[in-house]
Amino acid sequence: MKAEQISVFLENKSGRLAEVMRVLGAAQVNIRALSIADTSDFGILRIIVNDKEKALAALKENNFTVSKTEVVAVEVPDTPGGLSKILDLLDAKKVNVEYMYAFIERHSENALIIFRFDENDRAIEVLQKAGITILSSQEVYNR
Amino acid sequence: MIWNQEFETLPREALESLQLKRLQATVNRVYATVPFYKKKFDEIGLKPVHIKTLKDMRLLPFTVKTDLRDNYPFGLFSVPMSSVVRVHASSGTTGKPIVVGYTRRDIDTWAELMARTLTAAGIHQGDIVHNAYGYGLFTGGLGAHYGAERIGASVVPISGGNTKRQILILKDFGPTAITCTPSYALHLADVAREMGIDPARDFKLRVGCFGAEAWSENMRAQIEKTFNIDAIDIFGLTEVIGPGVSSECLEAKNGLHVFEDHFIPEIIDPASGEPLPWGEKGELVFTSITKEAFPVIRYRTRDLTRLNAEQCVCGRTFVRMERITGRTDDMLIIRGVNVFPSQIESALLQIEGLEPHYQIIVDRKNNLDTIELQVEVNEKIFSDEVKKLEVIEKRVVHDIKEMFGVSCTCKLVEPKTIARSEGKAQRVIDKRKI
Repeated sequence: MKAEQISVFLENKSGRLAEVMRVLGAAQVNIRALSIADTSDFGILRIIVNDKEKALAALKENNFTVSKTEVVAVEVPDTPGGLSKILDLLDAKKVNVEYMYAFIERHSENALIIFRFDENDRAIEVLQKAGITILSSQEVYNR
Repeated sequence: MIWNQEFETLPREALESLQLKRLQATVNRVYATVPFYKKKFDEIGLKPVHIKTLKDMRLLPFTVKTDLRDNYPFGLFSVPMSSVVRVHASSGTTGKPIVVGYTRRDIDTWAELMARTLTAAGIHQGDIVHNAYGYGLFTGGLGAHYGAERIGASVVPISGGNTKRQILILKDFGPTAITCTPSYALHLADVAREMGIDPARDFKLRVGCFGAEAWSENMRAQIEKTFNIDAIDIFGLTEVIGPGVSSECLEAKNGLHVFEDHFIPEIIDPASGEPLPWGEKGELVFTSITKEAFPVIRYRTRDLTRLNAEQCVCGRTFVRMERITGRTDDMLIIRGVNVFPSQIESALLQIEGLEPHYQIIVDRKNNLDTIELQVEVNEKIFSDEVKKLEVIEKRVVHDIKEMFGVSCTCKLVEPKTIARSEGKAQRVIDKRKI
């Protein structure tokens, strides 16, 4: 099961991130998880939201370049070694992480980690076999 | 100082009769030997005998840059290849630069013209000339080289690039004259200062001949002060012969004397093609009247200037053209390389998914021209992965370098950030203060 992330192209200049947030806020879209990758002249904002269709429509309407990306949302215990265990499993099967970001769940002792792998399907297979919980977008939002 | 006292000071009447004789010979020659010219003459029913006076020049058809490209590589040569001792080519497009040829006599003429140019700048036997124009297909390096040898100066054929080494040579060899593009001169000064060398004090330079790109009086003042030299403007273009078409004199530094015994200049209205009287500003057109291998008939340079017939204090009778102030087309000259925005566009569009929403930002940093290509991101090329977007930027930089030999930077920008206008999009923003 994969979660869907929205990626937004941002020029590296002041006010662009604020503009995205303004657009999403006005469209009543709530953000659950967020990360930004930056280079010297542009950035890529990656978000997981409660209503991705609404978010996409609002951003496109405001001339942002956006794409939907499948990512893998993994729930791990928020304890020392939690992430390490997951990465060891993947490393053993030579699955490569393109990028990831993590946050703490509101209602549990777990952490949520969003992964983008070079081979998402294989990663899911590896993780599921090891009994790791993988969440959908909706589940990510509700945690 | 004047290299060729007899020809450079010919009274106008004698000059014009010489020009007519040479023009008629050239027209006869191209009609008989270059199918392209014969066809163009025949189309309008023009025969070489119709050129009876210099005023009849206006009957001759124009030649434009695309004519030269269409006849790539040797189609406009008027002698067999066995008589061609050298070829040069203009910088520019991918597969099709403009190729020109020289007979032994053409090379001799060219050396004479560059000898005149350097002499007009006060360079003479005993001078050491640091020639930093590029050697190779570009006409600048070898053109200046042969001229400097002709006058008996000692030439340092350093060519372009490797700036730190150039500075050591400037310091250790003590050249008294330098030839290069004006922007490279200022770049040399910057690097020299970084190395703790003062260009005004630690070099022995007395004079420099600068050309191959547009520059201004402000830049002249800056170069003269920086190096403590006289800076002379020289002009030429590959299509006509290379450098040595016209040059300023040290005495006046006010307009470039066109070597009229070899090239006839005209000024035309760029829209109608009608000749304009001297003194009026318009497009500069040249006809070569002594070249053998690659004569040109009424070649439209696209450069804007005016001609000044006033007698010059230096004694030369040749008309002076003003510094080039602009162009009739959108050609950019980037570090001496001719670049058309349309060529950049076609390079961009060869990249899968890129749309023609781009802008070319030209600037001058540390006295070197820079190009930044801003390209709008669209959904086809956008990726959530940084490295995939960086691959596109690198591809653009690589392709432009391959195509023009000029380094650029590429910046992806958000869609619709590049202004769309009703008519022609503003593709080029030239921030250089020339």
